Parts: sequence; structure tokens; C-alpha cells
Amino acid sequence: MFKRVRVAAASVGLLAATAMPAFSQGTLRIGMTAADIPQTTGQPDQGFEGFRFAGYTIYDALVNWDLSKADAIADIKPGLATEWAPVEGEPTKWIFKLRQGVKFHDGSDFDSDVVIWNLEKILNDKSPQFDPKQAAQARQRVPTLIAWKAVDKYTVELTTRVANALFPYDMSYIFYSSPKRWEELGKDWVKVALQPSGTGPFKVDRAVPRERLELARFDGYWDKSRVPKLDKVLLFPMPEAATRTAALLAGQVDWIEVPAPDAVPRLKQGGMVIVTNKYPHNWAYQPSMVEGSPWSDVRVRKAANLAIDRAGISKLLGGLMIESKGVVYPGHPWFGSPSFDIKYDPAAAKKLLAEAGYSATKKPKIKIAISTSGSGQMLPLPMNEYVQENLNAVGFDTEFEVMEWNALVTFSFQPVTGDASKKAGTNAINISRATVDPYSAFMRLYHSDFVPPKGANWGILKDPKLDELINKAHSSFDRAAQTKALAGVHSYIVDQAYWVYIAHDLNPRAMSPKVTGFVQAQSWFQDLTPVTMK
Amino acid sequence: MFLYALRRLIYLVPVAFGVSLLVFALVHLAPGDPISAIVPPDSPKEMVDKLKEYYGFDKPLPVQYLRWLGVTLTGDLGTSIGTGRPVATEVTTAFGNTIILAIAASLLAFSLAIVLGTAAAYAKSRLVDRLVTSISLVGVSVPHFWLAIVLVIIFAVELGVLPPMGIGPENSTGWRFDRAHLAHMVLPTIALSVIPLGVVTRTVRATIKETLSMEFVTALQAKGMSDRQILVHVLKNAAPTCLAVMGLQAGNLIGGSILIETVFAWPGTGFLLNSAIFRRDLPILQGTTLVLAFFFMMLNLTVDMIQTMLDPRIKRG
Repeated sequence: MFKRVRVAAASVGLLAATAMPAFSQGTLRIGMTAADIPQTTGQPDQGFEGFRFAGYTIYDALVNWDLSKADAIADIKPGLATEWAPVEGEPTKWIFKLRQGVKFHDGSDFDSDVVIWNLEKILNDKSPQFDPKQAAQARQRVPTLIAWKAVDKYTVELTTRVANALFPYDMSYIFYSSPKRWEELGKDWVKVALQPSGTGPFKVDRAVPRERLELARFDGYWDKSRVPKLDKVLLFPMPEAATRTAALLAGQVDWIEVPAPDAVPRLKQGGMVIVTNKYPHNWAYQPSMVEGSPWSDVRVRKAANLAIDRAGISKLLGGLMIESKGVVYPGHPWFGSPSFDIKYDPAAAKKLLAEAGYSATKKPKIKIAISTSGSGQMLPLPMNEYVQENLNAVGFDTEFEVMEWNALVTFSFQPVTGDASKKAGTNAINISRATVDPYSAFMRLYHSDFVPPKGANWGILKDPKLDELINKAHSSFDRAAQTKALAGVHSYIVDQAYWVYIAHDLNPRAMSPKVTGFVQAQSWFQDLTPVTMK
Repeated sequence: MFLYALRRLIYLVPVAFGVSLLVFALVHLAPGDPISAIVPPDSPKEMVDKLKEYYGFDKPLPVQYLRWLGVTLTGDLGTSIGTGRPVATEVTTAFGNTIILAIAASLLAFSLAIVLGTAAAYAKSRLVDRLVTSISLVGVSVPHFWLAIVLVIIFAVELGVLPPMGIGPENSTGWRFDRAHLAHMVLPTIALSVIPLGVVTRTVRATIKETLSMEFVTALQAKGMSDRQILVHVLKNAAPTCLAVMGLQAGNLIGGSILIETVFAWPGTGFLLNSAIFRRDLPILQGTTLVLAFFFMMLNLTVDMIQTMLDPRIKRG
């Protein structure tokens, strides 16, 4: 059939003859899921996709992520700071020693004044360089940071509200833009967005809103082992999955983020490589723990966890998920050794519900707020419908309150006792969570001090023992003790089945076989510096 | 005529005001808010409140509307919450990209529709009539975003003869008139022209058929005029109705197609609106809709003027 079409298309083909110019071997073209290029001024928007492509590429943090390994969870490593430690006897004060000889893309120097200037940029709304857009992206990343000062040209002292052993993780999200560039461009962040200057391995060549972001190798990058091999990286916003797939198959891009599961066989057939790896992502139901909620009974929570056929959901997603057994996946350093094994066991689920006093005439009524799409939500509608069937099969009465992604995020800004949830009659919420660091994995979601609007403990879980375990982890300054404490936190959470754990995404991306050298880290962020084009 | 045009222009003011009020009310009625779209999900309330204050969302709605109206009347449509860029720049750039596509799709759809509609109306053979009717039926029935995806699969993925997305090749900025950029336009233009092709073909066919049955055509034939001369008279008589429909269709095309522009990642008003809707970027939504409404009104006025010039029997005002 295509032979005839080919003939018919011959004339159109002539027109297109010059439409696809050849690129140099060192240019990588990426189709992003974002509808616009991420904010380039320093603190990116567009979630962690923004961090991935306009954060760790153009900028550095004091504490960077080691993204060089595929077989271990990514952890922090020295970035613009060479070392850090709390002040002896004063655990709320941290000293960060800065790397010397680091240059911005505009040639200016990086030092302690730059660090202070950048912290003022996001945390002091009275400072002239304060940028509300960057502040919006950065403030919740450093919830305990309250004071900062330069000790000398290459040393800064940062003060936290409480002793926080995990503070270095927080500092991995704060990027440092050039004060010189801001001055040169009339102190206008809108102009800086088009010609930003960071210290990262890539510099911005051109930023065309809604069309593309062009990055070029920064030869003067301070970490010589991470000077990019590529000449250029071109990033295109392509929010539609079918468009990304077509663009990759047609050779207009070399790499696409998040191919649709049903497009994977076609991509493979077209010779494309599907790259996946575990990473800290959690797709679960966060239940209401307030009095009167069916979820406040541990037997109901365990029954729900045992009712779900995760292998079936994995099949639905073409294998692009890990069957969840907790907040983090098995093999993760914080997984610990929970005694409750989350698996598919409908008979045990039915038994637990019966023990909890439920029957065919008296079913636990659950209503979950879900979205139709959204960042990290995978395929929310078919996945939720699958879970609904599983839950109802063991005796739950499951309903959904379906809303658009932005509406769900706004919905989550109030806890379950807020007007929005009361009006909708919901007693659980389905928002995928990034569990990158201990604060984002446990503290903000499970600690009783972090009920919205302060954090994301939407279901108002209050467990003094769990609070104590989390606090202990946050005050363990020794790394081994810290990891052990976090494993303890995780084991306890799983044993209490505090959430209904369902899936971990596999971070799929599809790329042309021409892309070589890429190592997919177990992280939301990825390193583009070792990539080459065949 | 001049007074009529002037009066219509004056009428645009209250209509534009009404549109702006309606747009403002609609975007505020939708669930979700612009600040939650730009901050990560668990941002502290203090931060969210500060941003609301910074962008003026802490004020009562009437105050917000009046502030926006005040800024808009100066020609400055404000600043995008999502990107921090001036709305006027965003809308102008996107509108320019959409206009290019809209003109191409209009030219393709209207010229084909006139030929096909006239052929069907004149056709002695029922086969031709049925064929054209089928084409127009397909045009109005087939979802254009589906057709867009099919076109991409055939011409970009399977045949590899046309680019599947974007406004131009990677090494250029914006649109320009050259072969490479024209190639990027082919598929979106075809996909976008399908609906107006169907609608206008049906209108042209029906109107010409109706005109052909009028007595003046018999009189022209009796006078011994050639078919070609009669066709000119028929087209002139059918033009006002067809123009009115074309005007509306052109307006729809200029409004941009969210689906087509999203499928082809074409950075026009549809793509801009799509992104603004999901980000609850109220200044962009308000600014774009207002500019589009204004152009729609201007287009209707222009069509009315042309209709009057073509057929002086249509008296306006």
C-alpha cells in the first residue's frame, strides 16, 4: 500500500528535500514532554524535567548528584562546594568550603559573595535581585535554611532552623547564576532567561520560547572529567507523546522522554533503543488517617495493599514499571527489612477485611482523588480503573473523584480535612511522589509536623513513633547511621502499610541507536556530558 | 458605507469589553489556580501567599479585573506568570505563526472548495456530485487531530518525506519563506484545511445549485450568453453567502487549533493556549483570547464590507 502512497508523495518529497539538514556528529536533539522550554535563569520550572535539562546542564549546585552509575541509587557528591560539615557543638550551623577557580560562562568568578547573592535572590524578597519565579521553585527545597553569611572568599556559613543532618541534600537543588550577567542585562531576569550564565558543563547558545533551547559545550568547565563530548544539545518542547514518537521515528530528534507504553513496540521495530532504570518515584494512594476513615484501621490498609495485581498493571504498561513494595523499591539503601510483604494475595485481603468487620453488605467506602494526566502520573486513568477492579473484587467500594492535574495539585494544598476534600467526599489521593532525598521521601509525607500547607502529609498521619524515627534519621550526622535510621523508618512505614503502594515508574526514554555513551542513572536527573553521537 | 464601518468599529468596544469580562470570569471559574501551577506541589503556604500577593491574586476579583483592564488599555497585556515574559510579545509571536498556517489552510481549503462545490453543482453526472458530497462529508466528520496523526505516520514516519513537527529546521528561528520552512507547513496545513474544506464545499455546492435554479439564469441563457459568462453571474450571486461562511471558517483558523498545533508542536496561539490552560497562566489566557476575539470581530466586519461591495442589494445600516 505504501508503494502507491510513496509515488503520490514524490512531489511533496522534492519540496522537503532540504527540510532535514544534516547535523554534525556532536549534536544531540531531545524531545521533552514540557510544553515550553524550562526556566533558564537558575532555578528551573517544569518539575524535575526542568532540573534535568535546564538545571544540572547549565548550572551547578554546591552539592551535585553522582549520575555516573546505573547500578546504584544516585547519591550526592561535591559540586561547587568541595566539602561541608556542621560546626562542632552547633549542629544548626554548616560550613561549606567552596571550590576555587570556578568560572561562569561569562568569565566571572564564583566565590562566597556569589553564593550569598544567589541565596538572597530566592530567599530575601527585599534584595534587588529577588526573583519571585525562581523563589517559587526553590524555597520549599530548603525549608530549614534561615541564615547565610560569607566567612571568607571561599567559605560560607549556613544556618538551619533545627539540626538537620540531611541539609546537604537540600542544597543540591539550589543553583548559582551569574550576578555579572544580571547586571549586564539591566538587572532584568526576563532578559537573563534568554542569555543565562551558569557554571555548568553546558552554556546556553540560544533560547527560543516554545520552540527550543540550544546548549553548547562549555570548554572551561571546572570538572575536566565532565566536559561534554557533544558539541550541542537541542531541546524541543513536545507535550504530545505521539508527536515525540513520530519525531524520533522520522529522525527529527535523537532522543525522546517518556514514550507512550503502546508506542514502545513500534519504536523498537523502528530500531530505537528503549532505556529504562529504577529511580526514586512512587505511585501510590495516600489515605486519610483521620478518625472515622476506613483507612485508619491497619487491616484495611493491608487488605488494600494485598488486593492489587501489580503484575497485571505492569502488563498494561508494557512492563514499564516496578511492582511496588513500599516507598522505595527493594534494593534501595533505605528499603530496610519490613516484615509485611506487599504482594498480590486477594484471599488474605478478603480475610483482613472480614477481621476488620467488613462484609458484602458492609463494604469499606473509599473515594480517591485522581488526575487525568500529569507529571509522573504515568497512565492514571487505566491504572486507577485496574486498581478499582482489584479493590472491589476483595470487597471494597471504590469511587474516584477525577480532576485535571493542576486541579489535583491545588486540591492537595489543603489536607483531607480541608473544604476541597470534604466537598468531594474523598478519603485518599493519588499523586505520584519523587522520593529523591530523605526529606522528600519521608519527612514531608509522613511526619505529623508536615500537614499541608506546611508539607504534603495530606492524610494527617499522626504517629509519634514514626515522627521520632524520622527525627532520629534527620539528626544522624554519620552517613552509615543515617542510612540505617532511614531503613528503620521505611520498614516501620511498610509494616504499618501507611499508604497503598502500587508502582514505581521506570523512567523510560527512547533513543536512536546513534546515541552512545549514555548511562541512565537511578535518578530523576541525568548526565548528558558522556553522551556522543555515532 | 463609511459611516456604517465607523459605527461597526465603535460597536467593537463594548463587545471587546464583554469578551474580556467573560474571559476573565471563565478562567477564574475553572478549578486550580495559577500559583499552584508554577510552584512544586508541597510549597509552603507562606510562599504561595507571597506569590499571590506579588501577582495581585490576593485582591478581590473585581479589583483584579479592573487592574488587568487598566493595564490592557495601555496596550500592555501584562506578564506571563508561567514564563515571566511579556504577554504582548508572547501573543504577537504566536499569532504570527498561526496566521501563516491559517492563510495557507484557508487558501488550500477555499480554492479547493470553490472548484469542488461548483463542479458538484454543475455536474450532470450524479457520480461527481456524490464524490464531492462524500469529500465534504469526510471533511466535516473526520477528527482533524486524528487525520494529523495519520498524515504524520504516513508522510513523516513511513515515507520520511516530510518533517513531523516544528515550524522549521533546527538551525533557524521563527518562520521564513523558503523550501525548508514550507516543508514543515505541508502536513499541518492539510490537517487544518480539512474542516473548512468540508464546510465551504457544502455551502458552495448548495448556494450555486440554488442560484442556478433562479429565473435570471434562464433569462441569461435565453439571451444567448455562454456558459462561462453565466458562471460569472452565478458566482457573483452566490458569493455573499459563501463569503460569510468562509469568513467564519477563516476566523476559526486564525483562532488557531489547539489540537493541530499541539500534534505538530507548531508554536502558534493554539499551542500557547494549550500550555496556558494547563499552567493556569491567566494573563496569557486573557491576553490571547482578547486579541483573538478582536481579530475575529475585525474579520467579520471585513467580510460584511466585501459582501456589501459585491452585492449592493445588501444594505447595511
